[in-house]
Amino acid sequence: MYNLLFVIFLAPFLGFVALTIGRSRLSESAATAIGIGTLGVSALTTLAVGIEFFVHPPAGGAFTQPLWQWLDVGGFAPRFALRLDGLSLTMLGVITGVGFFIHVFAAWYMREYGDCARFFSYMNLFVASMLFLVLGDNLLFLFFGWEGVGLCSYLLIGFWYKDPANGAAARKAFIVTRVGDALFAIGLFWLYRDLGTLDIQQAVLLAQRHFDLGGPQITAITLLLLGGAVGKSAQLPLQTWLPDAMAGPTPVSALIHAATMVTAGVYLIARTHGLFELAPYSLEAVGVIGATTLLLASCAALVQTDIKRILAYSTMSQIGYMFLALGCAAWEASIFHLMTHAFFKALLFLTSGAVILACHHEQDIFKMGGLRRQLPLEYACFLVGGLALSAFPLVTAGYYSKDEILWEAYASGHMRLFLAGLAGAFLTPLYTFRLIFIVFHGEARIHAHRGQGVTYWLPLAVLLMFSTFIGGMIHPPLADVLPAATGHAANGAKLTVGILSGAVALCGIAVACALFLGRRRLVTWFAGTPPGALLARWWLQGWSFDWLYDRLLVRPVVWFARVNISDGIDLAILAIPAALRWLNGALVRTETGRIRWYAASMAAGAVLVVAMVFL
Amino acid sequence: MNAASLQFTLMLAGILFSLGLLGVLVRRNLLFVLMSIEIMINAAGLAFVAAGSRWAQADGQVMFLMVLTLAAAETSVGLAMLLQLHRRFGTLDTDAASDMGG
Repeated sequence: MYNLLFVIFLAPFLGFVALTIGRSRLSESAATAIGIGTLGVSALTTLAVGIEFFVHPPAGGAFTQPLWQWLDVGGFAPRFALRLDGLSLTMLGVITGVGFFIHVFAAWYMREYGDCARFFSYMNLFVASMLFLVLGDNLLFLFFGWEGVGLCSYLLIGFWYKDPANGAAARKAFIVTRVGDALFAIGLFWLYRDLGTLDIQQAVLLAQRHFDLGGPQITAITLLLLGGAVGKSAQLPLQTWLPDAMAGPTPVSALIHAATMVTAGVYLIARTHGLFELAPYSLEAVGVIGATTLLLASCAALVQTDIKRILAYSTMSQIGYMFLALGCAAWEASIFHLMTHAFFKALLFLTSGAVILACHHEQDIFKMGGLRRQLPLEYACFLVGGLALSAFPLVTAGYYSKDEILWEAYASGHMRLFLAGLAGAFLTPLYTFRLIFIVFHGEARIHAHRGQGVTYWLPLAVLLMFSTFIGGMIHPPLADVLPAATGHAANGAKLTVGILSGAVALCGIAVACALFLGRRRLVTWFAGTPPGALLARWWLQGWSFDWLYDRLLVRPVVWFARVNISDGIDLAILAIPAALRWLNGALVRTETGRIRWYAASMAAGAVLVVAMVFL
Repeated sequence: MNAASLQFTLMLAGILFSLGLLGVLVRRNLLFVLMSIEIMINAAGLAFVAAGSRWAQADGQVMFLMVLTLAAAETSVGLAMLLQLHRRFGTLDTDAASDMGG
C-alpha cells in the first residue's frame, strides 16, 4: 500500500496536464469530471495509505519512498524521496480531504462563470504542488512545492483577469510572498553551506552536533526560515496580501487561503522543529509574531464590510494562533488547530461563496440581512462554523484545538502569549457573530435564491459535520514526529484553563449579541464619534500597512527607477535602435513599387559592379 | 571578320543595348518596355554572333539560338502580363501598377 504514495501527488498533476492540453476541446462537465476525479483518486489513495499507516505502522513511524536522484554535482546530490509520517499524513488528509470537497463545491460554484477547464487545471496544479510540499523528504523539494503553490495562488487570485484590480491583487500576493521566499531560499543556502545536506532528517541530526544551542548561526538560519513561513502564512509583517487575495473565486479562497496554502508556513516550522528547538530566540519570535498578528487581524476583522475580507482577517488571526502555539513549542497543538481550522474555515468560506451567489454577487454584509429564513442551510453552516471559529465549548472542533493551544501556552509559562491568546479568544466571537448577526438576522434587505444540487449541499454538510466535536475527536498521529510539549503543570490547572477559555468565548458571544443583535445603537453611536470613526477607518485599512509600505518601499523604488531611466547609459543604448529605425525608414522609401525605378536601380547596380571589376 | 570590324560591331551592340535600356527606363507603356527589352536582348545576341565570327567558333551561333528562345519565352510572359495589366487597370501604364510600394 505504501508504494502507492507517489500516486497521491501524481494524480492531480496528470489531471492538470490533461486539462491544460485539452483546455479548448473539453466540455465544461468533462473538465469538471477530470478535475474532481483525479483529486478523488488522490483522496482515496490517501485514505488507503492512512488506514495502512494505522493498521501496520511503518518501522520508526515513518516510511520513505525514494523516487529518483535529481542530480549529482560536486557532492550536491539531492535525492527525491517521499516521506510519510504522522505529520505528512495529517497534512495529506487535510489537503486531499478538504480539497476534494472544495473541488466538488467548486463544480457547483463555477458553473455560473464557465471556463472550468482553466480553473480546474490551476486547482489541480495547486493541490499537486501542495502535496509535493508536504511529501518531500528534502527541503529543496519542499521549496519546489512551496514555489508551485505560490505560482498557483497567483494564477487563481487573478483568475478573472479581465478586471485589472484582480491582476493587481494577484501580483501583490506574488510579490509579497516572494519577499518571504527569498529569505527562505537564503536560509536554505546557509543551511546547506554549514551542514552540506538539505535532507530534513539528516539536517536536524547534523544541526544538533554542528550548532551551539542558541548560537548566532542557527538563530539566523531559523529566522530566515521564519521569514519564508511568515510570507506564506500571511503573518506580520508580510500579511498585506491575504485580504486582497479574496479577489479570486470563493472556492479558491477556501482552498488556498484558508485550508492549505497559508498553513504551509506552520507546516514548515513544525517540520523543521528540530532546528527551531536549537534557537530559543527564533522560537520566541515565532510566538510573538503569531500573537501580534492574532490581535491585529482580529481588530481589523471587527470593522470589515466585505464578507470574504472578514474571513480573510480571521484566517490571519487563526494562523496567528498556530504560530503562537509553535512559539510555545506546542507542535502538536499547532497542527491540531491547523486541521480543525481547515475544516471550519473551508466551511465558512464555501458558505460565504454560497451566500454571495444567492445574493447575486453581493459581498457587502450591510446590504444583506435577514437571510436566516431564506437560506437555512447557509445559516446552519455559518452558525456551526462560526461557533467552531469562536471555540464554543465542548460541541465544536475549534474549542478542542484552541483550548489545547491556550493550555500549552499557560503550561510552558509563556504568560504574555497566553494572555494574547485569551484576548484573541474574546475578539474572535465578536467579529464572527457580528458577521452572522448582520447577514442573517435583522430585517431582510435582499432577495436570495437558494442553491440546488448535490455538489452544493454535500461539501457543506460534510465540512459541517467535521466542524463539530467530531472533527475535534480526530487525533493526528503526531507522537512519533513531534516531541511532546515541555511544560507540565497540575491537571487541575488544565481544567481551569479549559473553563476559562470556554468562558471567554461565551463572554465574547454574549457581548456580540448585545452589540450587534437588534438595532446596534451602541456601535452606531461609537462609529459616529470622531475617535471611533478614525479607529474604524484605520482598522478597515488593516492598520494601514498598505499605506505604510507604499510610502516606505514602493514610492522610493518607483522614484529611483524614474531617476534611473534617463541616465547616459540608457541614451547610448537607445541610440542603436534609433539609428536602425532611421535606416529602416530610408530603405522603405526605396520600395516605390514602380517597375522603372527598379529597372534603373538594377542598371545602376550593374554599372557599379562592372566599374568595380574594371577600375 | 577582322579585329577592327569586331570593334565596330561591338560598339553597335553597345549602342543598341543602351538605347534599349533607355527605352525601358523612360517608356511608361508596357508594350514599348517589352520592345525595348527585345532590343537589349538582340544587342546581346549581336555581340555573341560577332564574337563567334571573329574567332570562328560555333559557340556564338549556339548562344544566339538560345538567346532567341529566351527572348520568345520572355515575350510570351511579358505579353501575358500586358494583358493582365490592361484587364485590371484599364491602362498599359506601368506606374499604375505600383500598389506594392513600401
